[in-house]
Order: sequence, then C-alpha cells, then structure tokens
Amino acid sequence: MARIIAGVGSSHVPAIGAALDNGKTEEPYWKRVFSGFEKSQEWMRETRPDVAIIVYNDHASAFSVEMIPTFALGCAAEFPPADEGWGPRPVPVVQGYPALASHIAQSVILDEFDLTICNKMEVDHGMTVPMNLLFGKVDKNSHWPCPVIPLAVNVVMYPPPTGHRCYMLGRAIRKAVQSYPEDLRVVIFGTGGLSHQISGPRAGLINSKWDKNFLDNLSKDPQKLAKIPHIDYMREAGAEGIEMVMWLIMRGALDDKVDEVYRFYTVPASNTAVGHIILENRKRGVKTATKHKRAAVRAKVDRIRG
Amino acid sequence: MAREQHDYDDIPGTFVFDAERSRQGYGINMFCMSLMKDGNRKAFKANEAEYLKKFNLTPEQTDAVLKRDYNRMLELGGNIYFTAKLGATDGHSFQHLAAVMTGNTQDGYAKMMLGGGRGIEGNRSRSGKNTPSKFLSAAAAKKPAGAKPKAKSKSKSKSKTAKRKTAKRK
Repeated sequence: MARIIAGVGSSHVPAIGAALDNGKTEEPYWKRVFSGFEKSQEWMRETRPDVAIIVYNDHASAFSVEMIPTFALGCAAEFPPADEGWGPRPVPVVQGYPALASHIAQSVILDEFDLTICNKMEVDHGMTVPMNLLFGKVDKNSHWPCPVIPLAVNVVMYPPPTGHRCYMLGRAIRKAVQSYPEDLRVVIFGTGGLSHQISGPRAGLINSKWDKNFLDNLSKDPQKLAKIPHIDYMREAGAEGIEMVMWLIMRGALDDKVDEVYRFYTVPASNTAVGHIILENRKRGVKTATKHKRAAVRAKVDRIRG
Repeated sequence: MAREQHDYDDIPGTFVFDAERSRQGYGINMFCMSLMKDGNRKAFKANEAEYLKKFNLTPEQTDAVLKRDYNRMLELGGNIYFTAKLGATDGHSFQHLAAVMTGNTQDGYAKMMLGGGRGIEGNRSRSGKNTPSKFLSAAAAKKPAGAKPKAKSKSKSKSKTAKRKTAKRK
C-alpha cells in the first residue's frame, strides 16, 4: 500500500532559482535564504521518498489566459522545464509517475473533485524552485532524485479554490494514495507564499505576524486555517499571498496529528517572505508506544531542529 | 458597464485580477504572452503601436502599454505575471517594475524590502477596516499564553489545549 509519510511547505520565489542558476548562492543576501534549507536537504536525503506530489502554481507559462483550470493534475511521463522568457531553467526534465497519477485522478474525481488532466505540460519555477530547495542543485543532464506528480492550482485569477476546498482535496488525495496497491512512500509539497504582494501601489507588503500564525497552525489547528476567507489572505498577506491556500492541500493530505520537524522563515527574498516547514505523519504504533519510544521521537525532532 | 463592486475593492493599492478583469484584459495578457518569443520581442520593439494592433486592445489599454503605466494596465485587466514579461522585454528587473508601481525609486524600494517590507498597519483598508483578521488576532491573544499555559487555559473555561491535555493523559 502506498502512503503519504510527510508534507513540505516551501516558497517558490523565482529570484531564488535565478540566484541558483547564476551561481549567487554564496552572496550574503542569498546565503541567508539557502542556508535555511540545508537541514531540509539532509532530511530529504534521509527520507528518500519514492514519489513526490507537488502542489504548485503556474505563472503564465504552461497556462496563459486561454485556459485557466482550477486544479490540473499532471499524468504525463515527463514534464520539461518551461521557457519563462529567459530560456528554460537549467534543471533536469521532471519525471512523472503516470500510473499513480491516473489512479489519483480517478479516485478524487469520483470523490467529487473535478480535476483537469494534463497529459502534456511544461512546469515553471513554481515547481522547480521548491524542488531545488529540497533536493539541492541538480545538473541539467542528471536526474531529480524521485519522480513527481504535479498538481497545478489556479491562484493567478481570482477566485482561486477556497482554503477549505484545498484542504478537502488534500484529504481525497490521501485516500487515493492509500488505495494504491504498490508499496510507495510519498511526500507531498505545498508551495508558494508566504505573505507578499508584487502588484500595484501596495507592492512590497509583508506580514510576518500572519505568516508565523499560519505556520504555527499548520500543525496545531489546520481546520482553523481552512476557514480563512480569501479577503483575509488578500488584505493581510497580499494580493499574491493568496497562493498560501496551496499549502492546505498538502496539510489535508497528512494525518490529523503531525510532528513539525523543521521550520525556516526569512524576509525578504526579492519581494517575498520565504516560509518553509516540514511536517511528518506520526509513525504507526507511536500512539501506543511506551514513554521511552516517544522520547526517542522527540529527541529526533529536536536534533533536526538543531 | 460599471465594474461590479467587491469586498476586495476596499484593499488599498490593489487591483485584484478577477474573472471580470481576466475577460477585459485578455488582449493585454495575450500580448504580454507573445513576448515570450524572441522574434515577437524584436517585432514589438521595432514598432510598438503597430505590433499592438494584433491584440484588439482598447485605446486606453494601448495607451497604458505604450506609456508603460503598469498600474493602469492592472486596472484595465492586465495581470502582473503577464505584464512582468513586458518589463523583461524592456530589460528591466522586477524590482524596477515594483518601484514604478509603488511610486518609489528602485533603490528606495529595495531598501524597504531589506528592512522587512511594507508593513501591514494602515495598509489593510481604504475605508478604515484596520482591525487585524480574526484568524490573526486569535493567535496573537494565544501567543503570550505560552509562558503560563496552565493559568490561562483554566481561566478560559476549558480551552482546546486544556481538553487535549486531559485526552492525552487517558
């Protein structure tokens, strides 16, 4: 049986990709950002997922204004990096996992989530930047460490799906994964955010208090986050900050109780507050484990928090 | 026809790219999309007004593009992820566009970001709805309780945290 073992939340700031591609990672400004992901890459190497489901948004690359699907699942065998106007990013083609992807599509559509299916799709920085942050820099001619199922969410045209809808879709994805017969360990990413506005006279808005509260409640009270109306995201976290709803798909796909094993937050990267979190589902049996075992789990959490 | 009014029109300095603007700005955004191709960028730069004729823009939209009035483009249905492609065609960084839209110098804008960005206080509402979101204020009230969780949770007629604690002990 396949199962989701952990969730990752991460910003996708395009300038992070540009800094990586242009060898600027050692500059103090960028080092501050990249150093926050060193432990995460270590975690990812230890976790070694078989598949990653990456919830992300496209920025006028694969979808322009001709077609605006609310939820679009990538079922292709591969997803080439898109040319965003400066040539495609020098990263490997992303390998898909069509068998699991189409299983998820079938399962969640029957659960009343009307997905769009993409059998051909390019992916932009919205997906490849979080992949770099978690998997590290990967040579263009090499391979990403695991196949990926992309789930593109419309957060460009208002209204995006509600936070509650996203959370419930996450739950449907969890159920779909659990009903897949192959023994796979799956990590799910929620990407975008955190607070930022890049359009209009209010551009440059950052609300760290809002962001911190959001990160806190991902593990403590995700149901509360699922109730946040769009107007609150846009007012408090910026017109473009509304993309934080994508994190709720990731959260919904996890168990009700999770352990936060790592968090990183910094302002700014370009025009955006960078937020990152790793949440793990509790290992089976921990619930009934002895005090001693629970202490061991806590120790592991502390170690990675370091 | 006048634009329909929405709750988000109250957010200052913000043009929400909604379904109505998406329809209205289709031409602007498709024009910007065309700039992803080098040949089109060159054709546009060679004769801007002529190139724009292909996209059925209104006179106001054409004027906004030619004048590089980025806020007006947003107001008339342009979307920032699209108009940014026009900025890139002009050889500008995104921060240049941000500075133009905010009426700041690029240096001034960059400094504001380094200093933590534009603050939220006073920037929530045109009509004075400056109380923080209840989703924010609830946590802000909870936060100081971190120091003395027991005392606080008792006074709050069995809060959720208190209930959870009891559940764990069972």
